[in-house]
Amino acid sequence: MKHIISALVENKSGVLAHVAGMFAARAFNIDSLVVGRTEDPALSRMTIVVIGDDRVLEQVRKQLAKVVPVVKVQDFVGQPVVARDLMLIAISAPPEKRSEILSLIEMFRGKVVDIGQKFVMVEVSGPEDKIEAFINVCKPYGIKSLARTGTIAMPRHSRADMRPAQTSNDQADA
Amino acid sequence: MKTKSRASARTAGKPSIETGAQIIVDTLIEQGVDTMFGYIGGVVIPLFDRLYDAPINFIVPRHEQGGCHMADAYARASGKVGVVLATSGPGACNLVTGLATAMMDSVPMVALTGQVRTELIGNDAFQEADTTGITRPVTKYNCIVKDVKDLARTIREAFHIASTGRPGPVLIDLPVDVEVAKFNTDGPAEMKLPGYRIRTKGHARQISTAAKAINKSKQPVLYVGGGVITANAGKELSAFAEKAHLPVTMTLLGLGSYDQRKAESLDMLGMHGSAYANYAVQQCDLLIAVGARFDDRVTGKIETFAPNAKVIHIDVDPASISKNVGVDIPVVGDAKVILKALAREVEYQERKKWFDKIAEWKKKFPFRYDQNSSTIKPQYVVEELCRQTKNEAIVTTGVGQNQMWAAQFYRFFKPRQFISSGGLGTMGFGLPAAIGAQIAKPNETVIDIDGDHGFNMTMTELSTAIEHKLPIKICILNNGYMGMVRQWQELFYGRRYSKSYLKNPEYEALAKALGAVGMTVDKKADVPKAVKQMLKEKQPCVVDFRVEPEENVWPMVPAGKSLDEMSGLDILERLI
Ligand SMILES: Cc1ncc(C[n+]2csc(CCOP(=O)(O)OP(=O)(O)O)c2C)c(N)n1
Ligand SMILES: [Mg+2]
Repeated sequence: MKHIISALVENKSGVLAHVAGMFAARAFNIDSLVVGRTEDPALSRMTIVVIGDDRVLEQVRKQLAKVVPVVKVQDFVGQPVVARDLMLIAISAPPEKRSEILSLIEMFRGKVVDIGQKFVMVEVSGPEDKIEAFINVCKPYGIKSLARTGTIAMPRHSRADMRPAQTSNDQADA
Repeated sequence: MKTKSRASARTAGKPSIETGAQIIVDTLIEQGVDTMFGYIGGVVIPLFDRLYDAPINFIVPRHEQGGCHMADAYARASGKVGVVLATSGPGACNLVTGLATAMMDSVPMVALTGQVRTELIGNDAFQEADTTGITRPVTKYNCIVKDVKDLARTIREAFHIASTGRPGPVLIDLPVDVEVAKFNTDGPAEMKLPGYRIRTKGHARQISTAAKAINKSKQPVLYVGGGVITANAGKELSAFAEKAHLPVTMTLLGLGSYDQRKAESLDMLGMHGSAYANYAVQQCDLLIAVGARFDDRVTGKIETFAPNAKVIHIDVDPASISKNVGVDIPVVGDAKVILKALAREVEYQERKKWFDKIAEWKKKFPFRYDQNSSTIKPQYVVEELCRQTKNEAIVTTGVGQNQMWAAQFYRFFKPRQFISSGGLGTMGFGLPAAIGAQIAKPNETVIDIDGDHGFNMTMTELSTAIEHKLPIKICILNNGYMGMVRQWQELFYGRRYSKSYLKNPEYEALAKALGAVGMTVDKKADVPKAVKQMLKEKQPCVVDFRVEPEENVWPMVPAGKSLDEMSGLDILERLI
């Protein structure tokens, strides 16, 4: 089972090593780990996707909280959350396939960010399964290269679905 | 915490500009450090220069690992934070085993390491090692100080982290340019640890729930680990156990928390624990764990551990709870505080049937050895040590059979009396640990019950003991073998003693060559008078007891078996 854990950590050197080292030493299984700044310059947020059962997850949470520079640990289990991944993907796109590809990009609400003789580079964001689905539809054309950020997440404060109506591909989360 | 530096107090008005090295020494003294262990090297010369006339008793080991174990045992014996200092690169690397040992056993320590100049870090400079990288998994916390203004604060934080919550070693890496940099120390340098919180009090409702379960239990067992000793909760533990009338078993590191001379003591449990403790745990209806962590050497096969028991777990480390064994009533907090609160809520219960059963097991399966043998049985030596020191000595150990016999046959009664590497099982711990303990407790008898091969690993520290005229007693239970390994090879590998036998030196001659007292005892009849003589010595004394080479430690729960599936009970029974 995949779980999203979010940790507020002190923004100072060595913190990532402390956290990553703990995960490795305790043989926890990380799917992705994202670090970024927050509104508070003294704090960064780590969003970690962990694979494991409830027992493993409880240990992950506790061990993470024990790491000295980790200020707060949140686990989004049982809560509605918004979870997003960002991807850059370069797809080979010979002129005769371009319009086909462009309509796919449109369907996934992707953005063309670079275009060359033989490829297009696309920016796509969304829940993980949307990203996976887009990768799958791109495969037949040939993927030149691909980079993903890993998941970031936040709990929803309201039950209301704030997404614009046309983002039908977004439905898989929450 | 707001602390003005000593210098600023002296020269009010003038700004106090000090070097990093001086700030380090001042802050150590402010933290109550009067003893430390360490070894010099290029990048820590500025710091050693400031230590030259500081009011700190500074012990130089012969190897940094020894120094680290000394600081560790100093902490275990005194309850204070042990401090060790090493140079960069090789010096820092030599601390690793000692830090891991302290980490596994939750010992409060601060390690300071020198580092190459800040601008050289990452360049493979001379004697550079990625010390924080290497030691991160074996410390509770570590960091490097790259700016002199952070020094005092970081050192205060290190002492706080090392000594609170579940204690552990904290390492600070100190680039040499930070040691020589100058800084005005008049400003505040308060701790900033937003991510470090400890729960002490324990949840009142959980405590009441626990007390109710205890009052209801017909067959309880109190299972005590080193956490009780760390928390200085020995008195509270005994008071609680007596008020509720509970049988008490201890882990290796828990020994000393409860008086083993009492009828309610079940002594040590686990792989080489007593049969009566292991049976009691397997048959109890309530297991009350305090400051213990359900280590695999304690539980045996985890799926069948204490199968009928409800489990109460009192621990300061929330991550210890339900890590290995599911817990029904967790209480997170300081053992001392919680045991006091619990004692108020529990009632005395007779539990006659349960105690009768325990008494029967105790009678049937005590720790035993062949008292009629013509050879020196190692257990006999330990018993004689216990008898002649009237249970009062501080005992350190090596690892292996010697350690188990010390745990089985010396009967402890007060906390901080038994000092042993439990979690990591570090051979070579015994001698440096005896040195650290003797320095912490100069007026007590300190005995290292060691194995021949464990002693071989760190025997160079004999020079340190001699230099400081420490009256430590080193009792080598010399079986010629790496006995514990040989025992496994005998039992599980068809007696193929692969590389578990080495030629040993003549320890008596060796001790004398270094300037210590040396003795060899190879006759059973000579054991009592050798022990007597040893106890009289005022300088380090090494006694080479030539014990039965192939004696085994019984009982034994083989790996993967349940606690009540002990081997060797038949052998013990035949000895009656
Ligand atoms: C540093 C280290 N290396 C290896 C081991 C594995 N080991 C555990 S017990 C043991 C044998 C110890 O021999 P000795 O010190 O003579 O003690 P005995 O068991 O004979 O009492 C060994 C090699 C260890 N615990 N520590
Ligand atoms: Mg031996």
